[in-house]
Amino acid sequence: MNVIVCLKQVPGTTDVKVDPQTNTLIRQGIENVINPFDTYALEEGVRLKERHGEGKVTAISMGPPQAEAALREAISLGADEAVLLSDKAFAGADTWATAYTLAQAVNKIGQHDIIICGRQTIDGDTGQVGPELAEMLGIPFVAYVSRIEELADGQMRVQRMVEEGHEVIESPLPAVITVVKEINVPRLPSLRGIARSKSAAVAVWTAPEMGVDESRVGLAGSFTKVIKVFFPQRVSQSEIFQGELASQVDCLVGRLKDADLT
Amino acid sequence: MGIEIDLEQCTGCGNCVPVCPFGLLEVVDDKVQLKEGCTLCGACQEACPVDAILIEAAPAVEAASDEHRGVWVFAEQRHGQLKGVAYELLAKGRELANTLQTDLSAVCFGHDVAEISQLVAHGADKVYLVDSPELADNLEDLYTRQFIELIQEHKPEIVIAGATSLGRAFIPRVAAVLKTGLTADCTGLDIDTENRLLRQTRPTFGGNIMATIICQAKRPQMATVRPRVFKKNTPEAGRKGQIIKLDFDRERITSKTRLLDFVRDLTETVKIEEADIIVSGGRGLGKAENFKLLEELASAMGAAVGASRAAVDEGWIPYSHQVGQTGKTVCPKLYIACGISGAVQHLAGMQTSDVIVAINDNPDAPIFEAATYGIVGDLFKVVPMLTEKLKNG
Ligand SMILES: Cc1cc2nc3c(=O)[nH]c(=O)nc-3n(C[C@H](O)[C@H](O)[C@H](O)COP(=O)(O)OP(=O)(O)OC[C@H]3O[C@@H](n4cnc5c(N)ncnc54)[C@H](O)[C@@H]3O)c2cc1C
Ligand SMILES: Nc1ncnc2c1ncn2[C@@H]1O[C@H](COP(=O)(O)O)[C@@H](O)[C@H]1O
Repeated sequence: MNVIVCLKQVPGTTDVKVDPQTNTLIRQGIENVINPFDTYALEEGVRLKERHGEGKVTAISMGPPQAEAALREAISLGADEAVLLSDKAFAGADTWATAYTLAQAVNKIGQHDIIICGRQTIDGDTGQVGPELAEMLGIPFVAYVSRIEELADGQMRVQRMVEEGHEVIESPLPAVITVVKEINVPRLPSLRGIARSKSAAVAVWTAPEMGVDESRVGLAGSFTKVIKVFFPQRVSQSEIFQGELASQVDCLVGRLKDADLT
Repeated sequence: MGIEIDLEQCTGCGNCVPVCPFGLLEVVDDKVQLKEGCTLCGACQEACPVDAILIEAAPAVEAASDEHRGVWVFAEQRHGQLKGVAYELLAKGRELANTLQTDLSAVCFGHDVAEISQLVAHGADKVYLVDSPELADNLEDLYTRQFIELIQEHKPEIVIAGATSLGRAFIPRVAAVLKTGLTADCTGLDIDTENRLLRQTRPTFGGNIMATIICQAKRPQMATVRPRVFKKNTPEAGRKGQIIKLDFDRERITSKTRLLDFVRDLTETVKIEEADIIVSGGRGLGKAENFKLLEELASAMGAAVGASRAAVDEGWIPYSHQVGQTGKTVCPKLYIACGISGAVQHLAGMQTSDVIVAINDNPDAPIFEAATYGIVGDLFKVVPMLTEKLKNG
């Protein structure tokens, strides 16, 4: 069972604050982490390998040199091998260029049964890389997988979440899936894992080594372009009621009635 | 490709530091340094008085093809019922098509879909309908191939679809094959009339930052839009439009995956993404049983029940009720947040609601800044009073 897990290093944004003076994100004290959804992808990959008793889990990430830290963490969590796709030429990639670059890496890695992505990143927030990757590799795709029921003999049966409930889908392998957090509870790093993550080699592949078409990666390969970045205006015109709770509730009901909202 | 700071030129004036929306610039020893994470947005370049910041421009892009004309809306249905988002997109699509002086078409795949003529009443000039028993379920493989074929044949300049679980899963595949740009989860769409470009505005970074994105050289320009972001138009009963029925070619269009079963989630009696009123609960509820209080209020108002991630993570209510960045985006007429602090990730999913009511015992909770009306108080007192009042008044 050979699994490839795609993971991205992102700023852990729980405590993102905006500096009211300069209107910029305050970065101090924000650590980079593995994209939370990708930790479920990794855990599922490791479980698949364990269940099948053989094979390996390869974690890949496209990003700047310090994304190596995320891959080392992936090793501490059970990945056998890690590859960082890092090159100045990859900077500024949109989802298409990212998926193209990941697809080239998958082809270079070779034999695999399944590729697992997170449902979305928390910085880019698009959820597009997984499905685009599948299409570029020309293999089946299933989004929002919440359970792998069975996976054997070149075939998988999975549950995936949709708005109204869940669907059971069968697909030949290899395939790309994206996973939601319902799928598992990721483990903590093991002592052995931590030791291994310190000594293990993280391969770094550059654009020439991957033989990518440089007009298809990074900013050059991106069809979309960000032309403006700004902060959402929060027009705060809140009416906070005063006085006894009961009369506050009366006030509220009055406002809702006036607006025909009850 | 990328950004370069010419340290010879840089005077360390620091003008660029405050303009970086990501706070990535810093003056160290009289020279500017850039941390990782640059999106090449160019704000710093404009602020630099000595032109020390160089952003290598993408190579001159080929001009977009002029053959592509028309605005397309993917009209999603499930089990024969058109989804609300189809009408919302038609309202926006109508605006875009009028600005571009072109046609608006709706594209619908399904079987025995009810009220197809409603798509015309809501603004479509043409409806491309592919009806086949095989399309009754939303089979993404079939949808992907069928949509690619139609787009290649008719060459629209803009294609928009709902950012639903279906749209988010199959539209990227269409864009990947067509080799064109796709912007996810837009909250604003308008036209740069001079260049016939679709300006697509979307939240990133968990709603902390808005980005406006264009797709210059490729057609169609594609975007997904979250449900409830745009408002439907009132249907126009006598509106004229063409309904074009197309055959589904089951020989040519095949599926690699197979749908074996569909299991409906029974806890969700009123769907939060379609509801006009949502009563939502957070960690302040304290335990699962206390969601009863919200259910009582909700049933008095005909509302759906939502939740913050904290409540979902505690296991008090299923994930399908979660509102926010990693849950659903909702835009009801009324959103009542009970015991929810108002973290940006939660606000990202509900801040466009028409009226927001916050009930929270902490006057400093950020939810009060987003709220239209606020009650500072214990939800265990306020919610039952509110329910009582609404039932009897
Ligand atoms: C990547 C990422 C994605 C996320 N996505 C989402 C998402 O999609 N949706 C989401 O909601 N969150 C999301 N979060 C989590 C978010 O940051 C917050 O942690 C979460 O929204 C907090 O939920 P809460 O407001 O219910 O809990 P808390 O922040 O703990 O707030 C509880 C509030 O209840 C009040 N309270 C307590 N008791 C009472 C009482 N008796 N009466 C009245 N008020 C009371 C308290 O004063 C407090 O303000 C995400 C976080 C990350 C990092
Ligand atoms: N730079 C990257 N390197 C590796 N995997 C990525 C990268 N960007 C996105 N992914 C994968 O694609 C998923 C969706 O990302 P996104 O489309 O950016 O929301 C993530 O959860 C990852 O599994």
